[in-house]
Amino acid sequence: MIPLNNFLVLSTILFSLGMYGVLARRSAVMILMSVELMLQAVSINFIAFAVYLSPEQFTGLIFAIFVITVAAAEVGLALAIILRLYRNKATANVDEADTMKW
Amino acid sequence: MTYEEVIFYVVAAVTVIGGLGVVLSRNIVHSALFLILSLLAVAGVFVLLAAEFLAIVQVLIYGGAVTILILFAMMLTRVRDLPTQVDGPQKPVAFLVAGAFLGTSILAVTSTTWPGQTDKIHVISFQELGNVLFRNWAIPFEVASLVLMVALIGAIILARAEEGE
Repeated sequence: MIPLNNFLVLSTILFSLGMYGVLARRSAVMILMSVELMLQAVSINFIAFAVYLSPEQFTGLIFAIFVITVAAAEVGLALAIILRLYRNKATANVDEADTMKW
Repeated sequence: MTYEEVIFYVVAAVTVIGGLGVVLSRNIVHSALFLILSLLAVAGVFVLLAAEFLAIVQVLIYGGAVTILILFAMMLTRVRDLPTQVDGPQKPVAFLVAGAFLGTSILAVTSTTWPGQTDKIHVISFQELGNVLFRNWAIPFEVASLVLMVALIGAIILARAEEGE
């Protein structure tokens, strides 16, 4: 039996990696990939807690299913927005999408 | 160390190596390939947690659809000369913030004792999962399908070329 903490530490590491990617990267596609990493970390956390702490209800498992659903929708929309950005600015670099910056 | 733990450490190492590759690789296509590696390893973690259905969904949706979409985004937004600077000037700050988050979270996780922890993993069968999903969570399930449809329509409208473009 693997201790619950192992899963939590793994998901924390994965989340931090995603956070670093979101903050450091310039390409919108790379930021999108980092967001995916963070969502994975959240899913691991949900499932670990569901399996270890409430095995009769497993609400966390249901939540993980919804996380995957929303992530799929998010990737589709983000792709459309990146395409639109690329068509207007000829770049997928988020630093150059600063029209609304004050 | 039981064989279960050995498998966990192998899968966890692959996940973290994949994640490191995603955020540190200088080539965007390599990043995507590392992402696939990491996502498949996470499916392995789900299997270790006895969540087989989630593992299958993970391989199908993440390993298949999401990575293909990301590769499409890369292909369609390719800049002629690859940018030499893939990370912004905020890189050191990002490193500090992520490191601080990692440190505090690991400290918090390891110093907490979780109440009511089971000592045996109960395998959740597909039947049980389906029962709960379609009985107790039927309305959120329907809303999720609506979200997917709205996202689909929105993506088509956003990505469609306007006249004269």
